[in-house]
Amino acid sequence: MRILVNGTDREVPERITVSALLRMLDLPEGRIAVERNRKVIPRSLHSEVQLSEGDRLELVRFVGGG
Amino acid sequence: MTPESRPSALGGLTLGGTTFRSRLILGTGKYPSERIMQEALKASGTEIVTVAVRRVELSARGRGSLLDFIDPARYSLLPNTAGCTTADEAVRTARLAREAGLSSLIKLEVIGDSKTLFPDLEGLLLATRILVREGFTVLPYTSDDLVTAKKLRDAGAVAIMPLGAPIGSGLGIQNRTHLRILLQEISDIPIIVDAGVGTASDAAIAMEMGCDGVLMNTGVAGARDPVRMARAMGLAVEAGRLAYEAGRIPKKLYASASSPEDQRIE
Repeated sequence: MRILVNGTDREVPERITVSALLRMLDLPEGRIAVERNRKVIPRSLHSEVQLSEGDRLELVRFVGGG
Repeated sequence: MTPESRPSALGGLTLGGTTFRSRLILGTGKYPSERIMQEALKASGTEIVTVAVRRVELSARGRGSLLDFIDPARYSLLPNTAGCTTADEAVRTARLAREAGLSSLIKLEVIGDSKTLFPDLEGLLLATRILVREGFTVLPYTSDDLVTAKKLRDAGAVAIMPLGAPIGSGLGIQNRTHLRILLQEISDIPIIVDAGVGTASDAAIAMEMGCDGVLMNTGVAGARDPVRMARAMGLAVEAGRLAYEAGRIPKKLYASASSPEDQRIE
């Protein structure tokens, strides 16, 4: 299925969980915050929440800033 | 105005129930390297550092995280909503920041003009109200406008963070009169000058006026030697605060001798 990750179209397995997506993208689970369709998915639910076709995800982290 | 009339008068800067010894809040952007940033944070004596929230770059793997360079035992993270231009964006960014950092502190920015980076006060107020309701500890970056400051305070902001000059401009404190009015009229929560400081004397001036703290980034990160400037800023904030607490002498037009007038030789 297709989902949008940080503005880019991506093909991922059906019903992939957030945790599995982060693993697939080689991202460290601990320091990434995830928003799905404008709602934050708490870290405690990453391994449970399954994504759907057309989901829009924002994966963010801290960077230097004032 | 005496120091005792301000919140967190002696002993530190209190934000949302936590008291910090240092009154300097330092940004983590624009340093020549992460190592230099790390050294600068240390040299400044700061206990609170700001960070920004940005998309993970999916193509660039293996780069270290900023957090590898910031000791969580030593520094409290103050994530910002920099770059957000609507209340909605700022609220979403704040929620993500809380999830990423596991703390409810947020430096709230809603930018209304890209050239000056002046805040959108309407959006700022709206976002403050929403985030306070959601349990955030909100520190809004705002203009020096008293009416807005009062509304932000009444909305539950834990501090008011007026600019002293445009962000990154290094112009120093350009609005002393308005800051003095803020300091007079907002006495129950800290006033922290956020933006405009270019060199140590700017920070000292803000603190001598009675501001409760100073937040800066470019003034340190952009200096030729950021680590030295960080130390200078730390000292300036402390010196300015001490001078404020000590109470300066009144200004007079004419001289008054420091040495005894009598018993001089003839």
